[in-house]
Parts: sequence; C-alpha cells; structure tokens
Amino acid sequence: MKVLVTVKEVAEVADDFEIEGTEVGERYLEYDLNEWDDYAVEEAVQLKEEGPVEEVVTVTIGPERSEETIRMALAKGADRAVRVWDDALEDADLLDVETKTNLLEAVVEEEDPDLVLTGVQSGDDNFGATGVSLADEIGFQWGAVVNALDYDHDAGVAHVHRELEGGVEELTDIELPAVLTIQTGINEPRYASLRGIRQAQSKEIATKSLDDVGLDAGAIESDLTMTAMYEPESESDAEIFEGDAGETAERLAEVLREKGVAE
Amino acid sequence: MSDVLAVAEHRRGELRDVSYELLTAGRQVADATGGDLHVAVVSGDTEAFADNLNREGVDYVHTVGDGEEFDHDVYVQAVEALHAEIDPQVLVMPNSVNGLDYAPAVANRLDLPLATDAVGIEYDGGLTVTREMYGSKVETTVEVGGDQQAVTIRGAEWPAAEGVGDAEIAPFDVGIDDEGGATVTGFEEVGGGDVDISEADFIVSIGRGIEEEENLPLIEDLVEASDATLASSRPIVDNGWLPKNRQVGQSGKVVTPEVYLAIGISGAVQHVAGMKGADTIVAVNTDPNAPIFDIADYGIVGDLFEVVPELIEEFE
Ligand SMILES: Cc1cc2nc3c(=O)[nH]c(=O)nc-3n(C[C@H](O)[C@H](O)[C@H](O)COP(=O)(O)OP(=O)(O)OC[C@H]3O[C@@H](n4cnc5c(N)ncnc54)[C@H](O)[C@@H]3O)c2cc1C
Repeated sequence: MKVLVTVKEVAEVADDFEIEGTEVGERYLEYDLNEWDDYAVEEAVQLKEEGPVEEVVTVTIGPERSEETIRMALAKGADRAVRVWDDALEDADLLDVETKTNLLEAVVEEEDPDLVLTGVQSGDDNFGATGVSLADEIGFQWGAVVNALDYDHDAGVAHVHRELEGGVEELTDIELPAVLTIQTGINEPRYASLRGIRQAQSKEIATKSLDDVGLDAGAIESDLTMTAMYEPESESDAEIFEGDAGETAERLAEVLREKGVAE
Repeated sequence: MSDVLAVAEHRRGELRDVSYELLTAGRQVADATGGDLHVAVVSGDTEAFADNLNREGVDYVHTVGDGEEFDHDVYVQAVEALHAEIDPQVLVMPNSVNGLDYAPAVANRLDLPLATDAVGIEYDGGLTVTREMYGSKVETTVEVGGDQQAVTIRGAEWPAAEGVGDAEIAPFDVGIDDEGGATVTGFEEVGGGDVDISEADFIVSIGRGIEEEENLPLIEDLVEASDATLASSRPIVDNGWLPKNRQVGQSGKVVTPEVYLAIGISGAVQHVAGMKGADTIVAVNTDPNAPIFDIADYGIVGDLFEVVPELIEEFE
C-alpha cells in the first residue's frame, strides 16, 4: 500500500513588513513546512511504522527553494519526493484550486496511491480546498478536517473523526482509495533525528516539469487573479499602554481591578 | 444566468447561523446581478428549515429531502442538480467544516472557479472577492473569472437576514445515487471534564507565544495570583500541554467572560470565533500588527516574559 502526502512550503510574514505590488516583500518572508502538512506527514509515517503501508511519497508544487522543506519531510520518514515546477508556474501570482488539482492529478496518475493525505489548509493562502477537489477529480472518496484516523487494512476502510465546530466530532467510515485532509492535533509530529536528516540527503526528489507530467500551459491557466494586496484597515480602538513592562503591567492591573475581576 | 444559489447548513435539527448570513450575502450579489435569490436546503426536516429560511429577500427555497444529517455525496449531487436547473451566476456556500467537505467537489465537478473563505463579495459585471492571507495579516482582492463562479463565505462576516419573505417553497427531486464509500456512523462530543471555561468571569488565555511547555507555570502563577481561569488557543492543546476543555475557538469553547486576557495569541479567525463576545478584551503581544489588537479594548505591545512577571507582582 502506498500513501501520497502533499507537502507545501509556506511563507510566514515578519512582524513588520511591506507590500510590494500584490506581494509581501521577499525579505519579510520566512519559509517553512506548512503546519497542517507536518501532521499529514507524521500520520503517513506512523501508518508505515504500524505495518500496512509500504511506501510514503511526498508531492510538492514549488520552486527549487522548497527542496529544503521537502528534505525535512524526508528526514521525518517519507521515502521519496516528487516536486512539480515549471517556468510557466513561476509567473503566476496565485495558483488556484483548479491548477493545483490538475497538477496533483497528474502525479496521482503516475504514482497510483491508495491513500492521499493533505493538510486541511495551507497557512499562507488558506484555500482549504485542494484535497477535496483532487478527490473528486481522481474519483477517490474523501473526508475533510480529519482529527483521528484508525485504518482497518483488511476491510480497506479508514474510520475517521471529522472535527466539526463547537466541540463536536463526526464519526465516518471511508472506503479507500481516499483523500483525507488532516487537522492539527491528530498526532504529535516528530522532530527529525540526526540520523533521519542524514538519510534524507540520499533520498530521491524527482523534479518534474509540466511536460514531464503530461500537461500543457492550459492546465495552469487560472481563473483567479489577485488584483490588490493591502494591510487591512485597523478597526482597532484599543488603548495601547505605553511604557516599560512594569508601567504597562501596572496599568493593566488597574483595568482588571476596575472591572472587578481581580484584586 | 443572473440568479444566485445559496446552500444552507444545518446540524442535528438546527440551521446554523451561517445559513442566515448566506442569505444576506446572496441577496447582496443578486441585487448586483439583477437576479433572484434561490436557497437550497438539503436533508433533515427540510420543510421546517424552509420556513425559517424564508426571510426578506429570498425568492425561492428548494428542498431536497434525502437523508437526515450532512453527507457529502448527497450534498454534491443535490447542488450539482440544482445548479443545472437554476443556472445561477454565482453559487454561494459556507466556509464551514462541512462546507469544506463538499464545496470544492461541487466546484470541480461543475468546472467552476472557486474562491473560498471570502470576507467580502462585489459583483460589478464580474465577481471580485476579498480574502485574507498570512493569518489575517494582509487582505487581498481577487477577481474570479469564468462564466459562472463559486464562493464560500466566512461565518460572522455578514449580518443574518431577518424578517419574513414571500419565497416560493418547493421540493426538488434529485434522485440521489447512493455512491456510498463514506458513511457517517455518529457524533461525539469532546472537551468535557471538570472545568467549564464558558462559565468564567475572568479568563487568562495563552497562545503559541509561550514557546515551551516549561514556560507554562509562569501563566499558571498569574492565574493563581489574579484568581482567573486558564484557557488557551489551539496549538497549546494540539501539543498536549493543556486538555481540550481549555481550548477557546471554533472547534473548542465559546466564552463570554467579563475580561479575556489573551497572551501570545495572534487572533486567528478560528480563535476569535470563540472569544469575541467577551465584554473586555486585553491583548499582550510582541507584534503590533497582530490581528488580536483589532478586537482588543486594551493592549500591551510587549514581551510576555517581561510583562507577566510584573503583572503577577501586582496581585501578590
Ligand atoms: C478548521 C480549523 C479549526 C480551528 N479551530 C481553532 C480553535 O478552536 N481555536 C484556536 O485557537 N485555533 C483554531 N484553529 C487554528 C488557528 O487557525 C490558528 O492556527 C491558532 O489560533 C493560532 O494560535 P496562536 O495565536 O496561539 O498562535 P500564533 O498564530 O502562532 O500566534 C502566536 C502569537 O504570539 C506572539 N508572540 C510570540 N512571542 C511572544 C512573546 N514573547 N510575548 C508576547 N507575544 C508573543 C506572536 O506575535 C503571535 O502573534 C483552527 C484552524 C482550523 C483550520
């Protein structure tokens, strides 16, 4: 049995930053493995350690820079990686759900996995839609926002919990092949061990262009165009206490006493 | 092709708030396109739901009676069939957990461009949505092309529709093909236990700014000195540092204390959903641009490791 895990490198924005056109200036960005994907990788690696899964393959849509992040996933136990990128993608400022679906579909066709794990969303553009869109495209079953997974190999069924709002979970049985979008908290993602990091250096990252996965430029034509990016107008009318830690703490203590919640 | 189709959401016999917000958002778009507002309600007691959804501005309510609770196979087929029937300009769905379980499949099947988690929608000959990025630190406007479009809206961004409308309510027969493969077997309540943070008057809530589990006693000391109730954002619970019943937010508890003191919490929308009803909100955060300050009444831009010890001293 094979598991394919989507791994995205996401940008985090520094406390102070500037917007240049429809992007945050490159120097204010720090790149990391998407938080939700970290849990998806861990879940896949645990399934391998528990037995039923023979191979864990990661797939990333991203430029060469993202290989650092991909190595992180390999160091945590994924067996090999596929990275799709193309000059044609470089110029797009927004990869919409349809584009990502098309690219991932091409990789699924090649890899033929039994289970695909994605994060619930990515921390940068938070579309939260790629996994379920992909499932529909490739004819797999699916479950979104999964925070518990118990896989019954003999029956080929994933017993999952879907985390709904308000502290309620939905219990669902999903037949494989399936795509599950993984929620944080489902497990405890491991830190890469030194040995893992060393081993990751010799694991394969296969780089594929559009042509390599059998797509043409039409597959990445996006109907979504970002026309502006700006800092939201602060609706804040918060009173910010000035001064050093002692002074601000004193003001805060006064407020708490005034409100009668602390003495 | 100028109509709008909005899909309502319900759970365990009740329409969820976002359903009424969808009516407002849907009406707003329909006014701009000059079309009718159609509302779909799928599964459960659709007749009772339809009566509730018949609010001002709604032209049609279509009921699809198959099934009781949410099932994505039923929703996808129902919305697909209604879309073919109504041929709307814009399809509007909720950006809820269940919304995320069917909206992307519907958009893919109908080949509609999809913009999720919209906080604003404009229609002026074409569709433009406002979305946030990077944990609400920036806002973007996105033009959504294509002949017809699909959008999911964030909860609590539009006011609920009110009043009573004169919508035509009619059952719609889909002939659901039970594709099977995903079967809901039940529900489970989580986050119970000995403490109920939703009853507290004064909450001290800690977020990822605390960095390490070893630092938690600092906050516990503050809680004890000020006689507060301890709560947290999600990552603290995900890490297993506090039990689930301490989590505030969309997937945790909704709290309405007199004072909510958020320490090292950025103010992500899913967190804010659980605490925006507090009378007074105070934030301590090193990042002056953290979204939590947008909803705070008082704030300290500073390092919690410097501010909290001083605050403890105030109450000792
Ligand atoms: C479906 C779904 C459901 C979710 N449900 C919930 C939910 O119920 N509750 C919830 O909370 N989240 C929920 N989330 C997660 C949410 O999106 C955020 O990831 C989370 O709220 C972030 O928590 P945080 O603010 O503690 O961490 P971060 O966003 O990482 O913020 C940490 C903050 O600490 C500040 N900081 C760092 N160091 C210091 C210091 N020394 N002193 C002071 N400040 C400091 C930083 O400036 C930053 O603002 C959900 C997400 C999804 C997708």
